[in-house]
Amino acid sequence: MRIELNGQSVETSVPTLAALITEQNYEARSVASAVDGQFVPRDAREGVNLTAGMKIELLSPMQGG
Amino acid sequence: MFYGTELKNRLLLGTAQYPSPDILRAAIAASGTEVITVSLRREGAGGAGFRDILKDSGCRILPNTAGCHSAREAVTTAQMASEVFGTNWIKLEVIGHADTLQPDPFALVEAARILCADGFEVFPYTTEDLILGEKLIEAGCRVLMPWGAPIGSGQGLRNIEGLKSMRAHFPDVPLVIDAGIGAPSQAAQAMEMGFDAILLNTAVAKALDPVAMAEAFSRAVDAGRQAYDAGLMPRRDMAEASTPVFGMAELLA
Repeated sequence: MRIELNGQSVETSVPTLAALITEQNYEARSVASAVDGQFVPRDAREGVNLTAGMKIELLSPMQGG
Repeated sequence: MFYGTELKNRLLLGTAQYPSPDILRAAIAASGTEVITVSLRREGAGGAGFRDILKDSGCRILPNTAGCHSAREAVTTAQMASEVFGTNWIKLEVIGHADTLQPDPFALVEAARILCADGFEVFPYTTEDLILGEKLIEAGCRVLMPWGAPIGSGQGLRNIEGLKSMRAHFPDVPLVIDAGIGAPSQAAQAMEMGFDAILLNTAVAKALDPVAMAEAFSRAVDAGRQAYDAGLMPRRDMAEASTPVFGMAELLA
C-alpha cells in the first residue's frame, strides 16, 4: 500500500506504525509520531495499523528559536 | 521564576541559524544560558549531532511550536515535543500571519487552555495586549512572553510604553521579552524595565561573531537586571546640578 511519510509517498507492506519506523530506518526513541494530524505516543505505535493513504509524520529534534 | 524553576541566568537562547554546530555549541557556553529553545522537524542532515549538542549543553530544553498556524497543530506539536524532549515545558507559538509572524491571540488562548489542562507548563509567545495576557493567565499560563518586535526583525522594544504597562499590570507574573531584540542595549533596556528574562536567537546567530555576541548579551542582561534591582534614578525634564552650589567661591571681581 502507499502511505505518505513526511510528505513523501512511500510504498510499504508492513502492518503497523512501529514496523514502519523500523523499516524506514528511523531511531524509534528519537522521533515523535503523528498519524493524520494526531499525536501517537511511542507505546501506542504497535497498535496503529497502517491503511492506504495514511499521512504519517515522524519528527526529530531540530534547531529552533 | 518559571513554574518553580529558579534560574541564575536570565538569557534564554535559540539554537537556529548558527553558521555551524561548533559555533552553536560555543555560543551556548559563552552565553551562560540555562534554557535553550528547540523545534521538531522532519529529520534533515545532522540530526544526531544536534541531539548531542543538546545533551552536552546541560541546559533545560524549551521546545517550541514555531510555524504552527492553528491551535490543533500547536497542541499536536507540543505533545510530540514533550515525548521526544522529555519535558512538559512548551514555548507556545501560534502564528497568525506568515509575513508578520504576529501571534494569533484567539488560537493562542485556545491552545494554551488545552495544554495547561493537559499538564503542560506553557510559555506563550504573545503581544503586550493586557486582556490577552489575562486570558492566558486564566487559561493556566504562569509565564507570559511578550514580543519586543516582530520575530527576527532586530528592532528592539517597539512599544516601550505598552510594555511598561504590561509590567505594571502583571507584577507577579514572570515576563520574558521574546523576539525582536537585535542589540545588547535593547536587552539591557528591557531588563532595566523589570522584565524577568530575554529570549533571543537571531541577534546572536546572525552576528559576525556569534560566540562573542552571546557573551555580550549575557553581560547586558545581567547589567540590566542589576540596574533594575539597584533602582534607576527618576527622570527629570530639566537639569539639576550634581555638584553642590553651597561653598562655591566668589571669583568674579
